[in-house]
Amino acid sequence: MTNQTKDVIIELKNVHKDYDGKPAVKNVSFSVKRGEFVTFLGPSGCGKSTTLRMIAGFEKPTSGAVYFNGKNITEIPPHLRPVNTVFQKYALFPHLNVFNNIAFGLKIKKVPTGETFKDRKGNLYEKLRKLTKQEIKDKVNNALKLVDLEDYGHRNVNSLSGGQQQRVAIARALVNEPEVLLLDEPLGALDLKMRKDMQIELMNMHKKIGITFVYVTHDQEEALTMSDTIVVMRDGVIQQIANPQKIYDEPAHAFVADFIGESNIFSGIMRKDCVVEFFDREFECVDKGFKKNEPIDVIIRPEDIFVMPADNQAAMMTGKVDSCVFKGDHYQIVALIEGKEEVNELLIHDNTEVKVGDEIGIFIKPFDLHIMHKARIINEIETEMWDEGVVEICGGKFPCNSNLPSGTPVKVSIDFDDVIVHDDEEDGIIGGEVVSSIYKGSYYQCIIRADNYYNFFVDTDDDWLKGDRVGLSVAPDKIIIEQLERKDEE
Amino acid sequence: MKLKDLPKKAIDKVKNFRLTRRVFSYPYILFLLLFVVTPLVIVLVNAFIYDGSLSFQNFVDLATDGSSLKVLGTSIVVGIVTTVICLLLGYPVAYILSKWKSGSVIVVLFILPMWVNFLIRTYALQTIFENMAVTLGMGTVIFGMVYNFIPFMIMPLHTTISNIDKSFKEAAQDLGASPVATFFKSTLPLSLPGIISGITMVFIPTISAFAISQLLSNNSIILFGDSINLKFENKLYGVGSVMSLIMLALVLVSNFFMNKINKGEAAKNLW
Repeated sequence: MTNQTKDVIIELKNVHKDYDGKPAVKNVSFSVKRGEFVTFLGPSGCGKSTTLRMIAGFEKPTSGAVYFNGKNITEIPPHLRPVNTVFQKYALFPHLNVFNNIAFGLKIKKVPTGETFKDRKGNLYEKLRKLTKQEIKDKVNNALKLVDLEDYGHRNVNSLSGGQQQRVAIARALVNEPEVLLLDEPLGALDLKMRKDMQIELMNMHKKIGITFVYVTHDQEEALTMSDTIVVMRDGVIQQIANPQKIYDEPAHAFVADFIGESNIFSGIMRKDCVVEFFDREFECVDKGFKKNEPIDVIIRPEDIFVMPADNQAAMMTGKVDSCVFKGDHYQIVALIEGKEEVNELLIHDNTEVKVGDEIGIFIKPFDLHIMHKARIINEIETEMWDEGVVEICGGKFPCNSNLPSGTPVKVSIDFDDVIVHDDEEDGIIGGEVVSSIYKGSYYQCIIRADNYYNFFVDTDDDWLKGDRVGLSVAPDKIIIEQLERKDEE
Repeated sequence: MKLKDLPKKAIDKVKNFRLTRRVFSYPYILFLLLFVVTPLVIVLVNAFIYDGSLSFQNFVDLATDGSSLKVLGTSIVVGIVTTVICLLLGYPVAYILSKWKSGSVIVVLFILPMWVNFLIRTYALQTIFENMAVTLGMGTVIFGMVYNFIPFMIMPLHTTISNIDKSFKEAAQDLGASPVATFFKSTLPLSLPGIISGITMVFIPTISAFAISQLLSNNSIILFGDSINLKFENKLYGVGSVMSLIMLALVLVSNFFMNKINKGEAAKNLW
């Protein structure tokens, strides 16, 4: 049991969920505090909805446990859990009018009468009774008032607009006075303006009622606007748990930065404490504690970059304007910064218009350079030799320049640049699925998942579409092979 | 329009003939006129002709003929009993099959016998009953009806139940309904269109069915459909036509009520 049980209302411990052997949620642990507005944020298929459904009880975790108020509820069916859900498609019963939809839960609910009775074995029970018609009517009317639909009780649910149906769905969940309200992308089907209004309304409701909200969305702006805490997920793994400000300003790594808002992500090297090198230039920064010459990712928010005349003394570097587009409240500028070997693209949001082709000066404050550890610097796989000159990697036979005999355990290292991606899966030695693709100024860093779930990090010039199947191959001389000690298991 | 313009108009029509979408419906409209509308008119006219003159005597004959009314009553009772049995047997089957991934394949197995003519199946059933020494009577007639018409109950039910979004079930559970309550408060009412389709497609064919009851009861039970058949065989066209009209009225009335209950949704989910 946890030591902060008082504050924590929901806790997931090492929760894992497989669908047909494919992991959807991997070993997720976290807790939700009472009264908090927690948002699960991530691209589609990241496991956020599955996690919510495990809290609601519609899915049973393959392993791990769900705790509610410190009690293990993993095996408890959904109708006995003190949570209510607002569904993505509302799921309002078409055979009931608005009033009866909201009253659905109340008509089933039983409340203690205050009296108790003993059964034959001497166990003490509380007497339960159903709510009276008048009680139900009062509660439903209060709920309708809460969502501003007082006169809509008799209406057919199909005659309501999307926004109104949404409110009925919220009222139907809230009328049961749940301790936790679960919302599964509830605003996904609404148009932009309605969505913005409902965001504000939901926030006000959360403040007014004071119960815990667990919210699922793929819309990062929605998450940043509404939440107390954001849980960023990808591939069934929690990437970062923090408040919106921190998620935005200090993303844990390149994926979070790329997913939350627009950002520039570049590969760099940490020369020493407070000095970072990228674009083949050294910059002052505020990060310490990295290893000397450690490869890192640098993240710069486009709005943190200042544009000035090229001859200004303060300019750290100059760049050539490649494009400048007015975006309503700012100009989106793409500047090309020349390095020694390659040209990098820098995305800037600024209030002044610049001419395409002009040289501009660029300044970034040291604490706006966010330095992050790289998730990985080289692809490393432990495997065995298939034959002399052939090594097995993720089920494929790769020719290589090693004459170790068949069956020798080896460690294979392949640089990000050296993995070749083929459009046609058949052209590669093994196939894989593109999991992510992040632009790094002058190239794309993709993650390609082989069929045995090993993630290859690949640097390519092309932007590969997420979810596509591609082929992978590596030139024989680019496969670095290191013999491992044979583990004697006898 | 002057009469002498008519030929000119007709020639214009032929000259300006264009193959529009409407043209493709003409063959079917012709078919309908010949084989649906014309017979109905003949039946309607026959009902009011008695001894070669216009009269209501056919209606009077029928109303005073106790045996015909009894046949009508029996038919309705057989129809109701068959429909209820089909619903009680068919609903669980349709419900379970809609939960299975391979459910729709198994539904085809239920439909497969329908490709054999119902007369042949009924003769087979009769032989089986005789070989098993089962006395033919009301029981065997209802068995035969259920056997013949249960696919018409299962199919619309299966379609409707498998198309119910599973989020309704989850919503009910989420709001505190136990599995049993979830079924009665969400799945059952949501499958109402399928139930209505099923009832319509079993009840009406049952009361109008002929041959089944005769074959499976050794001619001891005569239903309304058989009775009409007999009247026409005995050249009693007037009374037969009146009975056909009553049949038609029954179909229209029951359809009207079914649509009323269902707000017209049944037709959409028929198959």
